[in-house]
Amino acid sequence: MPAYYLEALTVVLGLALLMFEAFGPAHNKRPIGMFAVFGLCLILTFNFFAVGPKEGSAMADWPLWNFYQFDSLARFYKGFALVCTILVLLMAMDFRSILSRFTENPESEDGTGEFFALPVFACAGMMWMASAKDLIGAFVALELVTITFYVLVGYMRRNVGSLEAGVKYLILGALSTGFLVYGIAWIYGATGTMNLDQIGEMMPTLENPNALLFGIALVLVALGFKVGAVPMQMWIPDVYQGAPTPTTAFLSVGSKAAGFILTIRVLQPMFVEGSPVATSVTVILGIMAAASLLVGNLAALAQSNFKRLLAYSSIAHAGFIILALAAWKSDTSDELGSIGAVSFYLATYLLMTLASFFVLAQVRIQTDSEEIDSFNGLGRRNPTLALLMTVIMAAMAGVPLTAGFWGKFFVFSLAVEAGLWWAVGIAFIGAAAGFYYYFKLIRSMWWNEPDRDTASVVLPQISRISVMTLTALVVVLGFWPQPILWLLG
Amino acid sequence: MLLALLLIPLLAFAAILSGSKARTAATIAAGLNLVLGLAAALSFALSDSSRLWNFSVDVLQRPHIQLSLELFDGMSVIMLLLSVIVTFAAVFSGKAPDGREKLYYGSSLLISAGAIGAFLSTDLFFFYAFHELALIPTFLMIGMLGRGDRKAIAWKITIYLGFGSLVLLAGLVWLASAFGTFSIPAMLEQGPLADASAQKSIAAFLILGFGILVSLFPFHSWAAPAYASAPAPTAMLHAGVLKKFGLYGLLRLAVPLLPDGLSAWLVPLCVLLLGNIVWVGLVTISQKRLDGMLGNSSVMHMGYIFLGIAALAAPGLNEIALPAAVLLMFAHGISIAMLFGLADRIERVTGTLDLQKLGGLAKSAPALAFLFGLVGMASIGLPGLANFAGEVMIFIASFVNYDPAAGLGPVQITCIIAISGVVISAVYMLRAYRSIFQGPAVDCTRKAADLTLSDRIPAVLLAVTLLAVGIFPNLLLSLLK
Repeated sequence: MPAYYLEALTVVLGLALLMFEAFGPAHNKRPIGMFAVFGLCLILTFNFFAVGPKEGSAMADWPLWNFYQFDSLARFYKGFALVCTILVLLMAMDFRSILSRFTENPESEDGTGEFFALPVFACAGMMWMASAKDLIGAFVALELVTITFYVLVGYMRRNVGSLEAGVKYLILGALSTGFLVYGIAWIYGATGTMNLDQIGEMMPTLENPNALLFGIALVLVALGFKVGAVPMQMWIPDVYQGAPTPTTAFLSVGSKAAGFILTIRVLQPMFVEGSPVATSVTVILGIMAAASLLVGNLAALAQSNFKRLLAYSSIAHAGFIILALAAWKSDTSDELGSIGAVSFYLATYLLMTLASFFVLAQVRIQTDSEEIDSFNGLGRRNPTLALLMTVIMAAMAGVPLTAGFWGKFFVFSLAVEAGLWWAVGIAFIGAAAGFYYYFKLIRSMWWNEPDRDTASVVLPQISRISVMTLTALVVVLGFWPQPILWLLG
Repeated sequence: MLLALLLIPLLAFAAILSGSKARTAATIAAGLNLVLGLAAALSFALSDSSRLWNFSVDVLQRPHIQLSLELFDGMSVIMLLLSVIVTFAAVFSGKAPDGREKLYYGSSLLISAGAIGAFLSTDLFFFYAFHELALIPTFLMIGMLGRGDRKAIAWKITIYLGFGSLVLLAGLVWLASAFGTFSIPAMLEQGPLADASAQKSIAAFLILGFGILVSLFPFHSWAAPAYASAPAPTAMLHAGVLKKFGLYGLLRLAVPLLPDGLSAWLVPLCVLLLGNIVWVGLVTISQKRLDGMLGNSSVMHMGYIFLGIAALAAPGLNEIALPAAVLLMFAHGISIAMLFGLADRIERVTGTLDLQKLGGLAKSAPALAFLFGLVGMASIGLPGLANFAGEVMIFIASFVNYDPAAGLGPVQITCIIAISGVVISAVYMLRAYRSIFQGPAVDCTRKAADLTLSDRIPAVLLAVTLLAVGIFPNLLLSLLK
């Protein structure tokens, strides 16, 4: 089937869900979630059979293909968005009790139904971002995602934290939108086109790159907001902490990955052979990477709230990924370049991060706390869960034989190859700090005594199966990372 | 076939998690591994068909990384033997606190699997990764079931070894990129690294990284408290087996691939290893508890093996130093594991390890006294026991390239000072023996039970190994040819 059907189907699914929610039962929204998950799984299957325009066919002449492309990278990131949304919806299904507690009617689930429809719309936006070929198209897709998130972040409207997070996200999001539009205008002014392919073609002949460079810098800052990189990282800790946990998970994985695929698409023309801006862009990216690594890792050291810790660690991970972009190297058939490394890193990041948010959501429900202390003695209360969590945290820290190691490994190899020694040093410090703060959680699970009054955390079925699957994948990919590279094509 | 050596403990670990009886599953797995390990060593010694044991599968095409387990040479085989013997003893002699059997035996199996994997891997990535796999359960065990201030001690070893591993990783990645391959045999085929300044820098990373893992002075302060606090099987496995990973790595990688780099750091290395032997040796003498003494003595004896590495690093061909170092690694691994095992036994029957509160235990527990005396003598380096062969060979190796005309080199001077360590060992070990087993019996030792039959099995296994290798060092040395 033609690739653009995927987005269309996703939007139709979202609309169907809204209808279902309007006319379906009010007291239990689980069927809506199941319906959404089922529909997205179907679209995920279609994703493997989607095709772009054939060379010379009538379809290839459609104007659509001026701002929409479908290559193996687009397929990968569309799949990524779908998998992420499916898992977030599964997480939300086990999170309904908290959602209904802080929405209109605490007694019933009336008013939580949209929480299962909105991520589907965001997913459509992310899928479109993966296919972006034109700056305006990319902007529209990105806004679809961002506006959906404004609602999702502030969804628990009877909870002060969630409201505060919503306002913060709205203000900073609007600011970054301003940066983005302004940057796009400069790029258009400098090159006379919005089409990324054409920008790449004219790059070697560009006489004065300064205007373009200014535009790129603005766009990178705006995308830094999406991926959570310095200098637009201020919103992350508060928004992550305040937003409903499934939203936080969606923000930190789906939104980040969509931001990165767009960054890759925007950067590709900047690094073509003979580009006058390549060196300067490398410097900008290098500074962003180093600053994100320092801010994320060092601030995470002191956190005692697990959700905030994950927030800072998400800044740190963004730093690692941008470092791979700063050490730009094209992918070839026998060597992994920057795009491959970034995609690989994000894939492993999805597994680890979503698994930890699944657990965190249940810890929040069952102990009413998100502090690291609430994991105390989990090794005794629920050894299996503690073991899974240990594997996940070790993977986050980048311990070998877990998937998390390979992502960091590829990033370090690229940076060393590119000779970015100062950034390698900073990344090394970051990795060491990461080892420290992720092990803090392992320490509290195994070494500390359980508090007398804390209940034993037991995962409900959906969460349990999801966490086990994700952890198993983390371990299998730790031994055998090749499958992700196959998916990358 | 070698894959089975890894799979058996891992499967037993999974079985324990899913509810099998922990002790039974762990003992069966350790026993099977012991048999398999001995069979592998026999087939390596007797025939050329040991290749049938090798296992290899690609895990990543670019860069090319393989999970390949090989009986690569005698050194791997000896380390494998050490691992399976000590694992069996550790699992068999351990006694888990009530309700914690899963963790206790499961962790021991994971540590063992990690160590075996590291010693058999001929790919740089898995060589490193399996060691990490073994470290994490070590930390968990000390933090959960340790004695004394367990959390602080466990956090300290976590930070120290985590940092050491990172430094090591940096060095290994640099090494791999300098050679353009992750395969250790392919590197060895290429021979020493051509670029002299890279050799020196990589060697610094490796000495520091491996050195922290082996408790090289002054990075040793994690070791003694950790061993004193750790549950017996963890101390046996870490001090006996896992810590040898660092020395194995230096012998396997740094010595053949970075000879000039190592010899550039020869003098600092000699100074540090003397710190291990003399400084830590004196600290050992001053210990008032048996567990603290054993922990420090294990740090101290690392100095001798580093002396062997220094002898290899010194200019000139040295054919004795490598077998000597390997032999001593094996002997020390067996003897320290036995010491920790017996110390655990002493604590269980008397309730204390405080040397001043003990006394006269030989009367009520003669078998324990005999075995402890035997392994104590081995640890001092009495002829006829394995450690003696290793230490003497290292001292000889230090003088292999001695040229009277040129005067004493750094290795020879170090060796002369290091020999004083034998006296230090004798002082602390004999004093400990005297205050535990001799003199009048005190309350806690008067009615202490002796070793039961099943207690004797692991201790006798280790003691027989020490004697056999001590009397016929060629059992092992022939493997190295």
